[in-house]
Amino acid sequence: MKFTLNWLKDHLETDESLEAIADKLSLIGLEVEGIDNPAETFAPFKTARVVKAEQHPNADRLRVCIVDDGNTQHQVVCGAPNARTGMVGVFAPTGTHIPGTGMDLKPGVIRGVESNGMLVSEREMGLSDDHEGIIDLPGETTIGIPFAEVLGLDDPVIEVGITPNRGDCLGVRGIARDLAAAGMGKLKPAEAPQVDGSFDSPVKIELTFDACTTHVCPVFAGIYVKGVKNGPSPAWVQRRLKAIGLRPINALVDITNYLSYDRGRPLHVYDADKLTGSIRARMGKTGESFEALDGKTYRVDESMCVIADDASVLGLGGIMGGENSGSTEDTVNVLIESALFDPKVTARTGRAVDLQSDARYRFERGVDPESVVPGVRLAAQMVIDFCGGTASRLAMAGEVPDADRVIDFDITQVKRLTGLDLHPVEIKAILRDLGFLISGPEDTLKVAVPSWRPDVHESADLVEEVTRIVGVDRVPTVPIAMPDGVPQAVLTLAQTRAHNARRTLAARGLVEAVTWSFISDEDATRFGGGGANVRLSNPISSDLTDMRPSLLPGLIAAAQGNVNRGMNDVALFEIGATYHGDEPEDQVEMATALRRGLSGIERTGRHWSGAARTPDAFDAKADAIAVLTALGAPVDNLQVSRSAPAWYHPGRSGTLQLGPKMILAHFGELHPGVLDAMDADGPIVACEVFLDALPAPKARATRAKPAVDLPELMAVRRDFAFLVDASVEAQALLRAAKGAEKALVSDVRIFDVFEGEALKGAKSIAIEVTLQPREKTLTEKEIEAVGERIVAQVTKATGGTLRG
Amino acid sequence: MASIAANIEQLESTLGAAITEAGDEAALEAVRVGALGKKGSISELLRALGGMSPEQRQEFGPLINGLKTRVTDALGARRDILKAKALDARLATETVDVTLPVRDPAIGLGRVHPVSQVADELLAIFADMGFSIAEGPHIENDNYNFTALNIPEDHPARQEMDTFYFPERADGTRRLLRTHTSPVQIRTMLGAKPPIRIIAPGRVFRCDYDQTHTPMFHQVEGLVIDKQANLGNLKWVLEEFLKAFFEVPNVKMRFRASHFPFTEPSMEVDVGCTRVGNELKIGEGDGWLEILGCGMVHPNVLRNVGLDPAEYQGFAWGMGIDRIAMLKYGIPDLRTFFASDLRWLRHYGFAALDMPSLAGGLSR
Repeated sequence: MKFTLNWLKDHLETDESLEAIADKLSLIGLEVEGIDNPAETFAPFKTARVVKAEQHPNADRLRVCIVDDGNTQHQVVCGAPNARTGMVGVFAPTGTHIPGTGMDLKPGVIRGVESNGMLVSEREMGLSDDHEGIIDLPGETTIGIPFAEVLGLDDPVIEVGITPNRGDCLGVRGIARDLAAAGMGKLKPAEAPQVDGSFDSPVKIELTFDACTTHVCPVFAGIYVKGVKNGPSPAWVQRRLKAIGLRPINALVDITNYLSYDRGRPLHVYDADKLTGSIRARMGKTGESFEALDGKTYRVDESMCVIADDASVLGLGGIMGGENSGSTEDTVNVLIESALFDPKVTARTGRAVDLQSDARYRFERGVDPESVVPGVRLAAQMVIDFCGGTASRLAMAGEVPDADRVIDFDITQVKRLTGLDLHPVEIKAILRDLGFLISGPEDTLKVAVPSWRPDVHESADLVEEVTRIVGVDRVPTVPIAMPDGVPQAVLTLAQTRAHNARRTLAARGLVEAVTWSFISDEDATRFGGGGANVRLSNPISSDLTDMRPSLLPGLIAAAQGNVNRGMNDVALFEIGATYHGDEPEDQVEMATALRRGLSGIERTGRHWSGAARTPDAFDAKADAIAVLTALGAPVDNLQVSRSAPAWYHPGRSGTLQLGPKMILAHFGELHPGVLDAMDADGPIVACEVFLDALPAPKARATRAKPAVDLPELMAVRRDFAFLVDASVEAQALLRAAKGAEKALVSDVRIFDVFEGEALKGAKSIAIEVTLQPREKTLTEKEIEAVGERIVAQVTKATGGTLRG
Repeated sequence: MASIAANIEQLESTLGAAITEAGDEAALEAVRVGALGKKGSISELLRALGGMSPEQRQEFGPLINGLKTRVTDALGARRDILKAKALDARLATETVDVTLPVRDPAIGLGRVHPVSQVADELLAIFADMGFSIAEGPHIENDNYNFTALNIPEDHPARQEMDTFYFPERADGTRRLLRTHTSPVQIRTMLGAKPPIRIIAPGRVFRCDYDQTHTPMFHQVEGLVIDKQANLGNLKWVLEEFLKAFFEVPNVKMRFRASHFPFTEPSMEVDVGCTRVGNELKIGEGDGWLEILGCGMVHPNVLRNVGLDPAEYQGFAWGMGIDRIAMLKYGIPDLRTFFASDLRWLRHYGFAALDMPSLAGGLSR
């Protein structure tokens, strides 16, 4: 919403500065989005007389002018055809910034003749596209005065953002009312001409709705004015319209635009001689269409409100009139329409036909129903003032809906909700200034809501009005009650887990990324998703359509992005949601990590002491176990199965689980085929940890740790090497060795694995067994006996034999 | 017998010279064997004592034993010198180029994303004020995201140009991606009786992608509901939060009236700022920077979750986590948050051990 300071002063008696007004507007909820002060922009431009204009000695189309700015004379080389001796133009001295071209004027020599400054055209001033010649002012114009003053452009333009609840401030008068309430001046009485003719409108006005649709347009008023002479509107109207960015068209159109901004009252003027029979508002019919003022043809349907005569649809009610029934320079008889259209129907129709207009903008937000009649009278008066003619009596169909609301207002609510301790007199004064009518005793006021405030319904709305006008600055700042004593821990288990997983992975050299929650359909399908219920109906682009079933597609793309930027050693992770359906429980929180290039856990990249390893499945497994450890999982009891999903390398991947059902993580090398399809360069290893799969730990009565075990006797270590079939899993061998003598075997480690052609399909696994005696030192014989039992158990479990 | 004493004297001088001259441990050992070995000169003298008369033994015993002690000590002293010399010689050959770079452990390269770090900072501040963290699903229903929050049926925010929708379900409803963290307010109030003090950080989604908007970003919502929480309390909470978050002693604030369907009165809050070159200093100064929206919870929202607005009241606020991260840490472009550029992440990210705390300071 734009307006000028002088326009505001039509409605507001004030001595406040522009700055004070702008600050106040922002504070009371009418946020100032910009102030354009042409007087400042145009300050260097002054009126000047061309004392002498002579032919340029070296150029046919140039003239050398001596320009008098009232102070000094300047020599200017000018190419304008209309530059001539004695004319009054607009002069810009060197150093001036020319708004229309964005150039800064410098002294110059044009074809051998010095030129200092410039005589400017309207286009150079940014005023219009006119570049036929330089600005040519009337001969009697005073020399040396600011150009902005001459054109009446010395009126700052203020742009405010109006929130959707404040349709009343889409008119300058509404803004003036708010400012007056906020102490910035006095609201002037509204002009309300009582135009009333002596004849009935020859065009009948009707409303044709059924019981279900009467609300769509409850009232339609009109005044017929005969014998008008259309033409340009007065200069002051044109100036104001131009200032707020509207193009003056003709007096009749300009009047409707002017009142739309002045009073927030949209109107329409029909050329009455182009109408057939009566005019009416009704619902549209499928198949109907009309050509709007913007020159485009719009189809209408049963959901839309149209204005029609007996022959055809003339326009969309509350949105835009038609090209064929509008006023032109030749219009002689007019019908002025002032009606009320339902905000929702207007908004829906506007969206359906994709048509934005000042009228739609206002009706969508709610136009003051009481403005129907004063609006049309005001317009009729302006038509008569600008174009002559004789007005008919007011014609009206339907009636202005009763918008009267009275709120019982207990003014202690102001203190209760805001802490503001205001005197009842101040509360009442603010509400009165805003147009509320107040009666009743002070403890429960009866507050009648003005017709232009459909947003105010209850006591809390009134508290808002008071607070807004008083300003939050006056609200005393009061601490909330702080926790008694030291605050308790507040994170939930899930939050703690996400936090621990994040810090753990970062501590392992991985970098946290945040990738989109949506990915392409292909990627979603590839990673086990792609369900229709998690596919967006209105994605922002074709590669961001599906809610991700895994964090891997985003991370793989991120890794490849870095490879494409020349960074090959990538270690990334993300903690976040995956989506397996559209219910809250289908949202599964994951910690997912990925490594590629030389990005081992110990080191990244090349180094003089030996480059980092290319990470393998065991690095991914280590990342997974590290996260699970941080989550408090019993990692010693983890089982490893070969059941990682299809996006992993089938031979180099696994699943970490506790029991057959509780899947905690997948890890491994990613499937080369999947990477290929995603245009990603492998190999890449990754792990995916399910953060919420692990059951909550049992509540513990104390934080005491179990007693520490520090045996007095020295542990004994013995090595064994087994030859087993290549298909035997290390896990089976370890478990057999550990179980051979539970009381003595405290640890078993694999320290060598060897597979070679020499072993012919078998492999050698070497283990170091730690025996921890408890009561007495073991004899060599006892150690040997344990060794035999270990060998026997391993042989039994794996079919392996001890290597000699 | 005098010759024996002379011999001892002679021997001591010869051995002394030999010890001094021994150039390495092997030569020294040869001297030791020559003197103290089985057939060594001193051993010979000691043996000779056995054949002497008691008087002679009385006279020469101390002389010979004294010689043995002195020679043994001299040998030891010389050995220490030779050992030290040998060590020096070895170390002189063991030089490395200490200017070579170290083996960078990978931990130095790990980073926490600024959004996560700032969320941890928020948590540190609000946990101290007695707030807990609430969360909710990203895929929401229309009721929690709009209707219960008093957002009317025809509100522009519900349009497809603003909100991501899923296909219509069998019952005619449509799920959507939450456009703000405010549905968590509703879920919280439906799930627990006041007093309520929560913050709700998380991902939110809007159909917007340009210079300053991304289709996904992060918000944090705050909600306080009890029987007396008022606008003055809201001011205090926000002021304390902003001071703590930006780690400055004072934050100039400006409350501008605004409109949100779920609060009343509603306000936008600006903070004072100064721009020095490319650096933005939050807290003082002539500039204003919009930072959050807030207000008293709308009575309709309270009614929608079954709370009586005559009994309960409270306030709520919301702001962009990414936005306050940009302001605090001088990150110029929102879109870069989600570009996963390692150079950016390493530069703006935080080390694993940089854990924000009020005691230790939120940031280093």
